[in-house]
Amino acid sequence: MKKQNIALLLSAAMMVTALSACGGPKSNGSGSDDANTSRADSNEIAVGIAQDLGDSLDPYQMTAAGTREILFNVYEGLYKPTSSGDFAPALAESYAVSEDGLQYTFTIRDGVQFHNGTAMDVDDVVYSFNTCAATTVDSSLAAALSNVVSVEATDEHTVTITLSAPNSDFLAYVASVYIVPDDYTDQATAPVGTGPFMYVSRSVQENIIFDKFDGYWGEAAKVDRVTFKIYEDSSAMMTALNGGAVDIVTHLTVSQTQNLSDQYTVLEGTMNLVQALYLNNAQAPFDDVRVRQALCYAIDKDAILELTADGHGAKLGSSVYPAFTKYFDDSLTDYYTYDPEKAKELLAEAGYANGFSMTITVPSNYTPHVDVAQVLVEQLGAVGITVQLQEVEWNTWLQDVYQGRNFQATVVGFDAATLTANALLQRWTSDSDVNMINFSNAEYDSLIAQANATTDDAARTELYLQAERVLTEQAANVYIQDLADMVVINKNLTGFQFYPLYVLDLSDIAYVN
Amino acid sequence: MHYLLKKFCTLIITLFIVSLLAFCAFQLIGDPTTSMLGTNATPEQVEALRHELGFDRPLLVQYGDWLIHFVQGDMGTSYSYNMPVSEMVGSRIMVTFIMTMMAFIMTVVVSIPLGIFAARREGGVFDRIITAFDQIVMSIPPFFIGILLTCVFGLILHVFQPGSFDAVRGHPVAYITYMIFPALSIAIPRIAMTVKMLRSSILEQMGQDYIRTAYSRGLNRDGVLWGHALRNALIPVVTFVAVSVAEMVAGSIVIEQVFSIPGIGRLLLASISSRDIPVVQAIVVILALWVVVVNFIADVLYQYIDPRIRLN
Repeated sequence: MKKQNIALLLSAAMMVTALSACGGPKSNGSGSDDANTSRADSNEIAVGIAQDLGDSLDPYQMTAAGTREILFNVYEGLYKPTSSGDFAPALAESYAVSEDGLQYTFTIRDGVQFHNGTAMDVDDVVYSFNTCAATTVDSSLAAALSNVVSVEATDEHTVTITLSAPNSDFLAYVASVYIVPDDYTDQATAPVGTGPFMYVSRSVQENIIFDKFDGYWGEAAKVDRVTFKIYEDSSAMMTALNGGAVDIVTHLTVSQTQNLSDQYTVLEGTMNLVQALYLNNAQAPFDDVRVRQALCYAIDKDAILELTADGHGAKLGSSVYPAFTKYFDDSLTDYYTYDPEKAKELLAEAGYANGFSMTITVPSNYTPHVDVAQVLVEQLGAVGITVQLQEVEWNTWLQDVYQGRNFQATVVGFDAATLTANALLQRWTSDSDVNMINFSNAEYDSLIAQANATTDDAARTELYLQAERVLTEQAANVYIQDLADMVVINKNLTGFQFYPLYVLDLSDIAYVN
Repeated sequence: MHYLLKKFCTLIITLFIVSLLAFCAFQLIGDPTTSMLGTNATPEQVEALRHELGFDRPLLVQYGDWLIHFVQGDMGTSYSYNMPVSEMVGSRIMVTFIMTMMAFIMTVVVSIPLGIFAARREGGVFDRIITAFDQIVMSIPPFFIGILLTCVFGLILHVFQPGSFDAVRGHPVAYITYMIFPALSIAIPRIAMTVKMLRSSILEQMGQDYIRTAYSRGLNRDGVLWGHALRNALIPVVTFVAVSVAEMVAGSIVIEQVFSIPGIGRLLLASISSRDIPVVQAIVVILALWVVVVNFIADVLYQYIDPRIRLN
């Protein structure tokens, strides 16, 4: 007995010493400074990422958001999204649209080189559009390109694209068609594009290396080499950050950034996701709009933000997030104010005076969604709804919830693959393949259809805004927030930009001195 | 020769069963097509990919197909990475192997002298200290030791830089320095267990009749221990260390995460969650092979230590 007590005491003492030494802000030790300085000397940076590029690197086959995010530095389209949400000329110098909106003529930039040294020409552009249309796994892009009647090289500098119906979002889709060389077949493993950085090598679960592309047509990247280091384990990532093994880490939570050393600056943006409690509108009791509205009244978004992220994040009221400034309607955000009494009344009206029980399915690998779901359990419990939380693996979630639509409710976030309102809204039309929640509303369908057929930008925006309002009024889902996206960056680096899309632009990152 | 043949057959059968079981397990949890295509794909695309990868065939046909290729030395191509599995696994296995071997050497080099020392001075001050320390260390999980070592040697003393394994590749000294800590995390609890085991095994032998006979021949305690007891006491320890070596590979799965080392354990974990069946199959077979080979070596060692044990 005595021996055990001593042992207990000793181990407790050991733990306290070791842990107290590790917690709290670090003094800048010599070791980490050495590594950081040597990277600065050779003008290199290291970026920590939470998942390996575990899918194809082919521009038309890549699916993971994390892969698209990084390869944004390698591939470019004729036009390129900017951090302000516009499109800037990239591999095309300019474009013109015919009056009927059916013909787009692009003037291709001269002197653009691919990373493998070959020069880009109009044939590469035509090849890229055709290959993309035939093989892309992005269904909204595939749908947009299916309206393309022809892609022709009219002369050495012009490519003309003819559409079967006008699409005023077409430029956004053009920006998503990355241009690749027509005689290169190893895109899946060794990508070749025209971007400011070129792919050099990768080591599975270890790192991915990009070098500055010296033959870049535009303003060259500021750093010579970027090493993406992979840390699936978030505490290993934080250790690497504290030890100075990386310079930039994005997509951190608020609590992760709180105990960092003073070698880093913390920037705050948003994830550009629509996080909501998505409800299966085809299943009782969620087929009753009153029940869905009751849920909206029952949840307190401010409390959720406070409890899960110290109040950081942007509250949402519909399927569009604030970075889409043109399409974001802030008046919808507080359409349903927190009112548990009203929620109970609505439930009683719908015949659930004593509440009911439901299951929320959450992908277990996404902590922010799990955290929010846990708060929801409490808040819904307060109005008499008994919630069971079911954590599933991501793959299971995709199969059962997303494709099988076999669920009651789930907390996830949807992002936009292109800078179009359609990328977020088309999903909920009743005949959409990816309408996971089985939302079916004739008014919504017709608004989206009208918007897609309208070429006048203002009228079109108005239609999208009306469609968003329908989602809110019908309480298609219980909208929650666009999550706070914390970025930690070495304080000697500048040039980080937040985009309204899920991309990481490294071309402007530079050492201060 | 007969013995070797028998062992070889056991090996083949083991590998066959293990790989079949792993294959069946995947049948229960589903194929990788949905996660490969992501949230923007249509059901038709998923179906097309299922067909392309052959998931619409009966299970046994799929397994047979894999087996035939595997036997021919073709481990297939990773679904996630589009790389040959042999290339991926090959570069990872070396890292795990080096780490495990370092842990193994630490275990043997430290625990055998310590165990003998404790047994020689049974009840003495050092014996008590070693035994008490053993109890504490044995109950700490390797990942926790790993976190402590990272904090102390990585973040405070800066002996190595946590999370920068890729920078030490090709620099033998830095590489070994980096690897000492994960190896130590795995080895420490093993050392504690081996010491305890060896100590009690020696003490048990020291109470046997033949030891009394040895004493009666005029040998002192040291003479008896080195000349007679140790050899017999080592047999259960060899078994234990052999099992340890097999288990160290399993332990490395967690340690590789803590130290961000790209080894086979991390690859296995990632491949399971992405349903990258060819990679998982290859790793499972390699791990099974590892266990069987280690046990075989232990068998040979028995015979060397105790000639009465015949391998047939």
